[in-house]
Amino acid sequence: MLEVDALSAGYGHVSVLHRISLRVAAGQSVCLIGANGAGKTTLLRCLAGLLRPSSGRILVEGNDIAGRSASARLDFGVTLVPEGRRVFAPMSVRENLEMGAFRRLWPRRDRRVEADMDAVFDMFPRLRERLNQPAGLLSGGEQQMLAIGRALMSRPRLLLLDEPSMGLAPRVVQDIFAIIRRLNQQGISILLAEQNANMALQSAAWGYVIAEGEIVREAESTSLAHDPIVRTAYLGL
Amino acid sequence: MTTTILQLLVAGVGTGSIYALIALGFNVVFKSTGAMNFAQGEWVVMGGMISALLFAATSNIGLACALAVVIVIMAGIASERLVIWPLRRPNTLLITLVSIGLAICTRSLVMLVLGKKPVGYPGFSQVSTLVLGGVAVQTQTLWIIGLTLAFLLAMHLFFERSMLGKALRAAAADRDAAAIVGVRVETTVMLSFAIAAFAGALAGAIITPLTLSSYDQGAMFGFKGFSAAMLGGVGSLPGAVVGGLALGLLEAFGSFYISSDFKDAIAFTVLLLILFARPSGLLGRADVIKV
Repeated sequence: MLEVDALSAGYGHVSVLHRISLRVAAGQSVCLIGANGAGKTTLLRCLAGLLRPSSGRILVEGNDIAGRSASARLDFGVTLVPEGRRVFAPMSVRENLEMGAFRRLWPRRDRRVEADMDAVFDMFPRLRERLNQPAGLLSGGEQQMLAIGRALMSRPRLLLLDEPSMGLAPRVVQDIFAIIRRLNQQGISILLAEQNANMALQSAAWGYVIAEGEIVREAESTSLAHDPIVRTAYLGL
Repeated sequence: MTTTILQLLVAGVGTGSIYALIALGFNVVFKSTGAMNFAQGEWVVMGGMISALLFAATSNIGLACALAVVIVIMAGIASERLVIWPLRRPNTLLITLVSIGLAICTRSLVMLVLGKKPVGYPGFSQVSTLVLGGVAVQTQTLWIIGLTLAFLLAMHLFFERSMLGKALRAAAADRDAAAIVGVRVETTVMLSFAIAAFAGALAGAIITPLTLSSYDQGAMFGFKGFSAAMLGGVGSLPGAVVGGLALGLLEAFGSFYISSDFKDAIAFTVLLLILFARPSGLLGRADVIKV
């Protein structure tokens, strides 16, 4: 599904990512764990087209999309749930979901959007109750649900999630990860960046460890969870 | 007594409508860029002067004004593409400064191409005044109020109902998030300049029968619209209407009861008072954000 090959990127003269390579197979759930500032967000921003990489390739189903705009990435089935949720605060819940399907509603209207919105509401019944409220007034957990729902409205084949647990109560984090597992079971490939390594390794099949802009380890999640260095550095054990 | 008040009321709502249109132009660009576009007033002048030129050529007021508005919208789009879009790292201060340069260039071009003489054309109706319940009303004032209302209604529907309008609101709320869902954010900035030019050109085309139009009025229109935008609350579309009408009425009543010498001073006094007392304007408020 996704193949990242020797990707480097940065901001101005500061380079953040150094020749990152990773893979997400079709239907696979992969997590990317690392400390704050390790480059997780920068990597996902590159994948979503918000940041131009300085070199390297990003292959999605065999097509190199490194030079494509953010809106073109959606056509390749890649959608980002950004760090900090980033819902459209002054707009209603319904409008946020419509915006998620923007490419399917403008310039031509895809009639299946309504049904997809119903599917999002079935997954997150709380959002249906708050249909006409401004997104900025939702709780943190509800905003995270909305951010995921908005991403689903583009019918992604690869969902990129950046710190979905950030700032949420433990119970809400459990709910969000249950949803992520369910989406993966429905066939959506997942790339999940998390500081909460424990939760991330439990829900993903394969894990990468990123430190100072480089991939330092990769393995099946279960064996990463037993790796002594990972345990001390990221699991706090 | 009451007829005087009614007359002032109509006149105030008439000028207030013009200010509301200009303020709306300021606010739309502010929403999409966070900057004040000081070329806004020049588009009002262009709307009036090009309408006059086309009226002289075609003798058809409706056609002349409609064509002029289209031309100014294209000028607004061209301004954004030539001056704002190429900025490598746009920030609000840079865009504001560049827009002042754009205003000066636009004014010079208008002077060179369309001349220094004030121009005008007759009102949209054959009859120039109507007497309604003992109050004499200029028919052009009614045109101004009606066309402004229609424009505001169309804008409201555009922003609330159409996907493109929603995309503009989304990009104003969060540029990155808008890019993630597939909105081309640079295109929304261009579109906001087109809307601002539309509002300005419409104001110029409908006010010219009452005031004439000349190349050097842009700054005054700009500052009046800016004051109205500040009064109503920068970035708020209903605020533009409230601020514009309030300013128009203050001017009408102020110049009648105090002195017409103070007409222009009223706008600036209001601007200063607002900046001191309530910088977010009458309808302005911090956006709802919960993190």
